[in-house]
Amino acid sequence: MSEAIAYYPGCSGLGTSKEYDTSTRAVCAALGLSLVDIPDWSCCGSTPAHTKDHTLSAALSARNLQLVSDMGLKAAATPCPSCLTNLRTANHRIEGDAFKAKVNKLLDDPYGGDVNAISVLQALVETVGLDTIASAVRTPLKGLKVACYYGCIMNRPPELMAFDDCENPMAMDNILTALGATVVPFPLKVECCGASYGIPRPDVVAKLSGKLLEAAAGLDADMIAVACPLCQMNLDLRQGQINRAMGTSYRTPVPYFTQLMGVALNIPDAEIGFGQLNVDPRPVLSKALSGAD
Amino acid sequence: MNIINLTRDHDEDFVHRVEEESGQKVSLCYQCGNCTAGCPYTFAYDIPVSQIMRLVQMGQKKTVLSSKSIWLCATCESCTTRCPNNIDVACIMDVLRHMARREGLAAVPQVKTFWDSFLDSVRAHGRVFEMGLLINYVTKTGRFWTDMDLGPKILPKGKLALKPHDIQGKEHVARIFERFDRESNS
Repeated sequence: MSEAIAYYPGCSGLGTSKEYDTSTRAVCAALGLSLVDIPDWSCCGSTPAHTKDHTLSAALSARNLQLVSDMGLKAAATPCPSCLTNLRTANHRIEGDAFKAKVNKLLDDPYGGDVNAISVLQALVETVGLDTIASAVRTPLKGLKVACYYGCIMNRPPELMAFDDCENPMAMDNILTALGATVVPFPLKVECCGASYGIPRPDVVAKLSGKLLEAAAGLDADMIAVACPLCQMNLDLRQGQINRAMGTSYRTPVPYFTQLMGVALNIPDAEIGFGQLNVDPRPVLSKALSGAD
Repeated sequence: MNIINLTRDHDEDFVHRVEEESGQKVSLCYQCGNCTAGCPYTFAYDIPVSQIMRLVQMGQKKTVLSSKSIWLCATCESCTTRCPNNIDVACIMDVLRHMARREGLAAVPQVKTFWDSFLDSVRAHGRVFEMGLLINYVTKTGRFWTDMDLGPKILPKGKLALKPHDIQGKEHVARIFERFDRESNS
């Protein structure tokens, strides 16, 4: 078993992306990656905080990084790219002493800057490794055609995120391939889905997420695998709104990559949580998997 | 067509403030247009991002801070990733929003209201309470039809808590906001 990593689920992990959280926990446990919950973690501030002020944003993130440091751990993993960006940006900016002093002035307990933040995706690829994942497969995803969509900030900007390729990331593609699925070369891997504009500007999300659904359908993909709660919500929960706005009729399942890992690793259905999604991937999945035999 | 009087409206202090707050040198931009070419939001912007950069260079504070574009940038980092001169363009867009807020400007008010509702929720509970955020946003904007169609899709899944789950240390988080408010007003 590898060294323990602190686990930061992010607020949506307790709500709209519950199934990302449960499938992540189950898959990591099955692969021997030890995730330890951060006691009483708080919100990273997400997009709203950094659009208001960078010191405030860094302080909201740093409170959590300091909690990890108090646990005696050096690394935190989060499934959510927006949390990840905020945690990493906070770390990057507080390398400057003046900025660090301003952040610590806002905190009850000052943060030293000694905790690295990575994505669960990165931990799975680098700490667990593709060979271990491949050898843990019990139900190969043979016959399933998947488009892997990373979202805009998992890998960008590259100097900050320091993981995978910023224009053509492959981590999720490689995991899905190790599970036995066929991965289509998806040209819009890092294009933005419309992010947090679903509520204030649904027209913007309809256009941008509509393009992603169109591209995946054009490649004959059975489903779009995602790694971001906001991308998932826009593409799945808002798929009906997108169809109405764009005059389309997609019924494309948009599971988290950890849910597909759960299927391949024979994780119990309750932890995979396909029933929590809007478009249920199970009919398409059983059809694809049975067609392979 | 908008006519901009470059001489009359030039505000050199604005250029310096943007550079200081973003840590970027705006004069490095040579207007190649790569940021605009990759920006997924150009269709929704009133001023494309490369023109925002040019207007900042020219010290056009009022035009820039009154633009809708700065409220529609999602910080997707396409511009920053692809700038040949390594300018963190997305950071400049962020800083422009900070400055617009301080001037009391928000050309797309419902975006600012949504972000403020989110932060109110974090301040009150320590974590964001999704249902409360939506109700707060709808109440403030009067946009009662927002996502009504999604209710029947998501509520039966039992994913959306109807009551907030406050963290134990919510006062710690509230104090971050309080100290921030004090620092900003001093």
